[in-house]
Amino acid sequence: MRKIRTYADLEGPDSSGLGDQLVLQRRRVDRRMKTVGTVLGVASGKGGVGKSFVAATLASAFAHGGRSAGLLDADLNGPTAPSLLGLPRRSLSVTEDGVVPPVDSAGLRVFSTDLLLEDGEPLRWRGPAADGSLWLGALEKGAFREFLSDVSWGELDVLVVDLPPGAQRLVELAELVPKRTRALGLTIPTSASKVAVARSLRAAGDRGLPIAGLVENMSGYACGSCGDVGPLHPGDAGDALARELGLPLLARIPFDAEAGACAERGDMNGVLASRAGREIAALAGRLEQEGAP
Amino acid sequence: MKFLCIDCDEQMSFGERQLPGDGTLAAVFRCPACGREVAMLTNPMETQVVSSLGIKIGGREVPEQPLELVRSSVDGGRDEAFAEQPATSVTREPLRVEWSEAATRRLDAVPSFVRGMVKRIYADYAKERGIHEITPEIMDRARTELGLEGM
Repeated sequence: MRKIRTYADLEGPDSSGLGDQLVLQRRRVDRRMKTVGTVLGVASGKGGVGKSFVAATLASAFAHGGRSAGLLDADLNGPTAPSLLGLPRRSLSVTEDGVVPPVDSAGLRVFSTDLLLEDGEPLRWRGPAADGSLWLGALEKGAFREFLSDVSWGELDVLVVDLPPGAQRLVELAELVPKRTRALGLTIPTSASKVAVARSLRAAGDRGLPIAGLVENMSGYACGSCGDVGPLHPGDAGDALARELGLPLLARIPFDAEAGACAERGDMNGVLASRAGREIAALAGRLEQEGAP
Repeated sequence: MKFLCIDCDEQMSFGERQLPGDGTLAAVFRCPACGREVAMLTNPMETQVVSSLGIKIGGREVPEQPLELVRSSVDGGRDEAFAEQPATSVTREPLRVEWSEAATRRLDAVPSFVRGMVKRIYADYAKERGIHEITPEIMDRARTELGLEGM
């Protein structure tokens, strides 16, 4: 059998430079994230736990507290951040530095696929219809990378990232911004949520991602009349996860119809004044004490 | 990715790239010793897998544009989602580039979501080469030379 030289044997440059192009992409992320203090990935293992609401309110609480803050809505297929914050649709300025993110009245810088799509329009990618599963994951990861590297975030104390359900994007975040990222695990009290959140956080931990702590959302129902908190979901996932993973339980946020109504109309000031909003503002304070940001 | 001419035991060099617009790609490599050429042809799925990584076979000719992958890959998107701001760099050539009627029609057919970026890339291509008028032929040449799949 004849001996054919291997890739490593050839000393000439790789003219496509595919590996080099990937390195340059990572460097773009590094350059952009150099001016960001902490990237806080809000993660849960499952959908429907109120992650987008908590992430948007937390980012807003940081901004109202005088921090320079950003919110990246990384749920590419189910974006909600602009509507939660009441941001009007405007054209995004594209400069040589990058895409300028919209800023809300508190100074919070926001980016989301919602800003790119018509109302109600799903995110559709161009490409051959067959075998979409082969390239879709890479494309979504690429879009997430561009949201980190190509948005002109400027100098931020904290960039809150609202991650979609599951561990995948959290792991990608840990790969893309390894030194500045911390995760915040969000659960509801149920055992199903506990199992799913534990999986996500362990996957992140396997990659060395520091986890700032846990938050139990929908932790009881806050009565709109008397303010008492009554039972809502069965279970004690927050406490159980804290014991199991050795993490602090940083907040219990009750389900609050008033906060929900404010969020529905994009009134973040109203959300922050509600019972749930006050708990999330206190969470922001605890995270600052813990050093994130 | 490297190509080896087995007869000469020489690494082949990249020659040219062609993007006919049907999702396929041709990349030509040439042996510097015997001159033999081979073309690597990819089908639409293979081309898509590579472009989904945001990388260009044959190398990148144009610096990566802000949200380039997203803008060139989203099907649809909001009209007026992006507003291109004029370049502020003082090193840019002051050459004024005109668009022929046919080129303008072709540009108008590009989805507005990505049109501003495409227009700027073609205009920069023309300025860098001292081309005063962009025609469909110039657009074809730029597209192939720059590897602008999806634009």
